[in-house]
Amino acid sequence: MKKKTVMKKVLSIGLASAMVLSLAACGSEKKEDEKKQEGDSSGVTLEFQQWWGVELPDGALQKICDDFTKDTGIQIELLSNPYADTKTQIAAGAAAGTMADVVGLDGAWVYDFAKQGSISNLTELMKEDGYDDSQLSDQIKYEGNTYMIPVVNFAYPLYVNMDILEKAGVSEIPATWSEFLAALDKIKNNTDAAGFSIPLSTEAPNGIQNQFMTWLWASGGSMLKDGAPNLEGNKDLAKVVDFVKEMKDKGYIADGAEAMKEQDMVNEFENGRLAFMVDGISHLTLIKEESPDLNFDYAKMPVMDGYEGESGMDVANWGIGIAENCENKKEAMQFVEYLMSPEVNAELAQLANAFPGNANANPDYSQNDELFKKAFEIFQSGYATNEFTGLPTSEDLMRSFNEQLVLYLDGDTASVDEMLGAAQKAWEPAFE
Amino acid sequence: MNQTAGKGKKDILKRQATPYVYLLPTVVLMFILLVIPILMVIRYSFYDNVIINKNPVFVGLQNYKAVLSDPNFLVAIRNTLFFVIVSIIAHLIIGMVFALVLNTRYLGDKTKGIFRVIYALPWMFTASVIAILWRMMLNPNGVINYLITSMNLVNDNISFLASRDIALKAVTLINIWSGYPFYMISILAGLQGISTDLYEASALDGANAVQTYFRITVPQLKPILISLLMLDFVWTLQQFALIWMTTGGGPVNATETISTYIYKQGFTKYQYSMASTGAVILLIVCTIIGIFYVRQQRSGD
Repeated sequence: MKKKTVMKKVLSIGLASAMVLSLAACGSEKKEDEKKQEGDSSGVTLEFQQWWGVELPDGALQKICDDFTKDTGIQIELLSNPYADTKTQIAAGAAAGTMADVVGLDGAWVYDFAKQGSISNLTELMKEDGYDDSQLSDQIKYEGNTYMIPVVNFAYPLYVNMDILEKAGVSEIPATWSEFLAALDKIKNNTDAAGFSIPLSTEAPNGIQNQFMTWLWASGGSMLKDGAPNLEGNKDLAKVVDFVKEMKDKGYIADGAEAMKEQDMVNEFENGRLAFMVDGISHLTLIKEESPDLNFDYAKMPVMDGYEGESGMDVANWGIGIAENCENKKEAMQFVEYLMSPEVNAELAQLANAFPGNANANPDYSQNDELFKKAFEIFQSGYATNEFTGLPTSEDLMRSFNEQLVLYLDGDTASVDEMLGAAQKAWEPAFE
Repeated sequence: MNQTAGKGKKDILKRQATPYVYLLPTVVLMFILLVIPILMVIRYSFYDNVIINKNPVFVGLQNYKAVLSDPNFLVAIRNTLFFVIVSIIAHLIIGMVFALVLNTRYLGDKTKGIFRVIYALPWMFTASVIAILWRMMLNPNGVINYLITSMNLVNDNISFLASRDIALKAVTLINIWSGYPFYMISILAGLQGISTDLYEASALDGANAVQTYFRITVPQLKPILISLLMLDFVWTLQQFALIWMTTGGGPVNATETISTYIYKQGFTKYQYSMASTGAVILLIVCTIIGIFYVRQQRSGD
């Protein structure tokens, strides 16, 4: 036999044995699954992948899941990793069809996963179970069906450094845009601090959602019309763009915005170099720990002069969904319903410094920070909103808007209409 | 008779098969971890949107047309070329100068040792540490701005990473800082390998320092220098982490390189086919350089 044929034979034997081994592994896995399905739901183990366990107090999520196991016999295996890792792992699982049974979701991912068919239609599952969905404060939909349920919400109020305001001679927290600009002017003239900050790094373009669009939503505006982008010719949005440009041109915005990330903005605020910022309440504990002497307060977002309607408050949420490849969807839905039940939901919200996703939940915030209670009051005075939730490739939408905004702020785009037109053109392909 | 012949054949077979059996685990691993993924990416680049689309359709070279005519990709190529060429030239010059300084006989061994560690430090940090460090230093409120304003070099703070005119240069500078020690260490090793006989002979012939450097040192280092340049070209071409963590390709697209372009296509636009196409183009360039590298290595042997 020639050398070549020998090599070929050896190679093919090796490959074949590797294949057999991997197939055998698959086979044994299947058998276990079958065994589980034969019995009642008490033998079922559900994987629950999320980033919440990392952000909640140690062991808190495990305890909530253990209580569920006690009641139902369904085991919950927690896969807790930081947010960014969870995102990549879930995206990889979606592509490969190996997603964990129950997954923590961000509203920004829903459209893409639902379109890929990697997360389950919850409307159907709720119907099968006879679940009353009127108690849910919100549901994130794709083509009319629910794919994600927000478990808890994190609001984005205005953080105010009271010491800087006092030093600048601003006696009252501004409630309108003109009052806000006047306050920024005093801060610029009387202190070393910057007035406001918009993180515009293209790495994490969520500054567009949390620190820019939040101005629009607070004054009752919208960037969408019937679910489609409504940027071009949107008068409210044009006013917001020009309001931000005025802040930038007058030097009220912290330097280096174009390379800034949300965390950089928080650092500036913690170090007392920033008077106002819009940020999630989830950072409250961290800021208190890192800067115990910082004298700050929460306030409602200032609104457009003359606006008297209700204010929308930007929220981010911890959402939940079920993988399409999950083999025990009935049990998975049972777990989702458990997390959404008024008592458990209230407990989760209280632990996470967040607002509940179940409208009937009544969290006991008496142990929480005073400031948190104030934020809750502000939250209740308006309505929760985040128009980026559930949009197709929402991170990319933020990024392309970011690019157009920076071009306009730098003076490369002649007018706000032209800028919004370009942004509209960049957004439209995603909605086709 | 027949039996012994059969046995002899078997022995030969066994002997010939042995090396391949030893190779087998590596070959299988390489096949699973390297060949299959690369082939998959190449295949993806010829289909319309894979992964998102359950039944992708073969579209031939359409993705290549789309990527190569995308103005953002052309900007990415331009930025990448600037980033790579400036980086490797600066790496070479700085690495060479530091290596020569550290190899000089005018410094004591202890001093040399200390400087060797200090100069090699940037190379010890991971990309994320380098990114955080430089982001802080280049911040408008950072130490570099403090220095240049207090020395009255400029009046206002400069937003190095946030300005579209400066960002690419700033990122390139960071990459130069983080990459020169590799050259320095390699060249230093090369310098120490040059026989002193050569220098003594050139001294006897009356060569001055410049002549000695260009006639003895550079030709002796040539194989190392060529390998260094080629490896660095491929590494810098693929540099992603540093750019992503400092500017994310922005402001707008001022620091967009091919690697950040591919990432955005894949992970924020979910256009995996387009990302694969960009990756294949990058792979072709790297392969060409790789072929030259291997040839150069072989001729060196």
